[in-house]
Amino acid sequence: MQRRVIFDNRALPYLLLAPQVAVTLIFFIWPAAQALWQSVHLQDAFGLRSQFVGLENFQAVLSDPNYLETVKTTIVFSASVTFLSLVSALGLAVLADAKIRAAAAYKTLLIWPYALAPAVAAVLWMFIFNPDIGILGRALNNLGYAWDYRLNDGQALTMVILAASWKQVSYNFIFFLAGLQAIPRSVLEAASIDGAGAVRRFWTITFPLLSPTTFFLLVVNIVYAFFETFGTIHALTHGGPGKATETLIFRVYQDGVVNHDLGGSSAQSVILMVIVIALTAIQFRFVERKVHYS
Amino acid sequence: MLTRRKLAVSTAAFALAAGFTGAAYAQQKTVVEFWHGLPQPLGGQLEQVVKGFNDSQDKVQVNPTFKGSYPETMQAAIAAFRAGNAPHIVQMFEVGTATMLSAGPAIKPVHQLMSETGSGLDAAAYIPAVRGYYSSKDGKMMALPFNSSTTITFYNKDAFQKAGLDPNKPPATWPEVADAARKLKAAGVTCPMTFSWPTWTQFEQVGALHDKPFASEANGFGGLNATLKINDPFFVKHLQTLIDLQKEGALRYGGRDNAADSLFPSGECAMIQASSGLRGRIVKEAKFNWGAAPLPYWPDAISSPKNSIIGGAAFWVMTSPKRTADEYKAVAAFFSYLARPEVDAKWHMDTGYVPVTLQGFELAKKEGFYDKNPGAEVPAEQLTRTATTENTMGLRLGNLPEIRNIIQEEMERAFQGQQTAQQALDNAVKRGDTVLRNFERANKN
Repeated sequence: MQRRVIFDNRALPYLLLAPQVAVTLIFFIWPAAQALWQSVHLQDAFGLRSQFVGLENFQAVLSDPNYLETVKTTIVFSASVTFLSLVSALGLAVLADAKIRAAAAYKTLLIWPYALAPAVAAVLWMFIFNPDIGILGRALNNLGYAWDYRLNDGQALTMVILAASWKQVSYNFIFFLAGLQAIPRSVLEAASIDGAGAVRRFWTITFPLLSPTTFFLLVVNIVYAFFETFGTIHALTHGGPGKATETLIFRVYQDGVVNHDLGGSSAQSVILMVIVIALTAIQFRFVERKVHYS
Repeated sequence: MLTRRKLAVSTAAFALAAGFTGAAYAQQKTVVEFWHGLPQPLGGQLEQVVKGFNDSQDKVQVNPTFKGSYPETMQAAIAAFRAGNAPHIVQMFEVGTATMLSAGPAIKPVHQLMSETGSGLDAAAYIPAVRGYYSSKDGKMMALPFNSSTTITFYNKDAFQKAGLDPNKPPATWPEVADAARKLKAAGVTCPMTFSWPTWTQFEQVGALHDKPFASEANGFGGLNATLKINDPFFVKHLQTLIDLQKEGALRYGGRDNAADSLFPSGECAMIQASSGLRGRIVKEAKFNWGAAPLPYWPDAISSPKNSIIGGAAFWVMTSPKRTADEYKAVAAFFSYLARPEVDAKWHMDTGYVPVTLQGFELAKKEGFYDKNPGAEVPAEQLTRTATTENTMGLRLGNLPEIRNIIQEEMERAFQGQQTAQQALDNAVKRGDTVLRNFERANKN
């Protein structure tokens, strides 16, 4: 018996596909093509004069020592944000999954930060850590510890990492909690009866069963650290002091929007695009092998 | 009884009449779109000025729209131009001047607008330091100056008293400032002095005051091939002094752009070099006696300082494919209104921006504004105290916002002790010159 659907009309399948193709072309392919086109041109701010310069923009970016510095900062920043937000979200989810009083209230409170706009979150952090107006910032200085993230590389980077991780913990928390609750209790109970302690139960049963969730979150978090932390950094440090908290995406904005260097900025976004595609490919090729899908 | 048909006819007639009078009404008034970048409360005051114009006549309707901060307004205007839909007037901060000037057909120079429409606006009425900033190489006015400010010193008289300094005699030179800062620190003030807009206050203004070039080619007025000059021994010594004071705890670096502004009204810092536009906020927030003074100078570099340069913004006329002569005429009428001494003086007295016309300044004097508000005359006096030289007209450098950021970054590294003042300024010049060369290439015809 023939089970395949056969279209009598040859045009109909194309017609049905057309909206999807149109959306992809207009919202994905066209902007990407524009970025590629601009990355090989030199243009004034108003777009009145433009000249083809080949790969010069790429060459200028890649030979700029400050750009390589920014790559380093981005690696440290993204790795720290991903690690911190995953680990603390997992810890909180395990705690919230246990039978505790007022668990619902905890869960709700933990999800709150996700609803905040990055810039608002950054302002809240400023009220805590600003050396002049922040509660903790002032206290640190009064205790004799020279805290001023406007002039200290390490302090500034630590602060943006903490703020960006804090923002992402809620998201990770929801997924981890859902993942934990999907683990069959009977398996854990059986392990308990066999005499496995809480730690052993976690590493041999819970964590492997959570691995699909963890893998998904790993990809999402790296993309978050690369692309969505712009607002936090912009509001907290503007990439400073020096260039200590400037990440790749911040520099794309800075060069393109503030400095009107569309060519250089486009070249950087093309590079960024390649990096993220490569990272995601590596994750799916190698990390995914260790993932256990039940 | 009204039949359905009659009802329909009369409704149609009514709609037609309404549409007709509406059209006639629209024909009467020429609409001018005006984008500005002033947040509240200044934005509201600007909209009041526009309302004053709209009420003063019945031919033109100016619609002011807030488009975000200055850089955001600039982005919006550029994007709108690229889409063929630029506003008639856009308010552009002073560092965007070179970018606007190189926009060629995107803008209509004010002098050209004025001669085409015969509105008789007099460029000579404007304060030279203000006019110079927005003039072409041959002295023609390119944009209409409106809200201009300059940098001055605000100081806390109570803190001065406490440190045994004369509260009525603010320090006039850098050695005196350093001395006062040390005494304030000894008296227990945690932040003796700070400054906002680091590049503007410590390099652009310091250069102008001492008649030293910030860049070659008359600070860029001479052409796009300018190079930065701030690694000159004079600037290196100045930055080194700031670094030394910071190490001693006599100076605090308050962050980029205007981040340090809040440190003065809160009473944290005893002295601040900041925009004269900060005055309004200090009046509202400061709970101590304070005074205003001109910027300090280095007596070993110049015996009496030159005029400072301006900040703030000006109004630029933009072009669009569909624009008519009537619309330009409407813009010119609005500009003539803004240039009136009473409008200028009122804006100055309401906001803390400097009067941009000489007559406006005289009018504020005549009304006794400075007797009632001592120190309010400091910015205007500082701007007008000498004739402008090629180092005090202002800066005409492409992508100046980017160069300002570069200098801030290098300064921050020096303040952290990662590099010396000389290295910081050498780096700033090297990176800044790259920016200038790219701008030159992208804007060559």
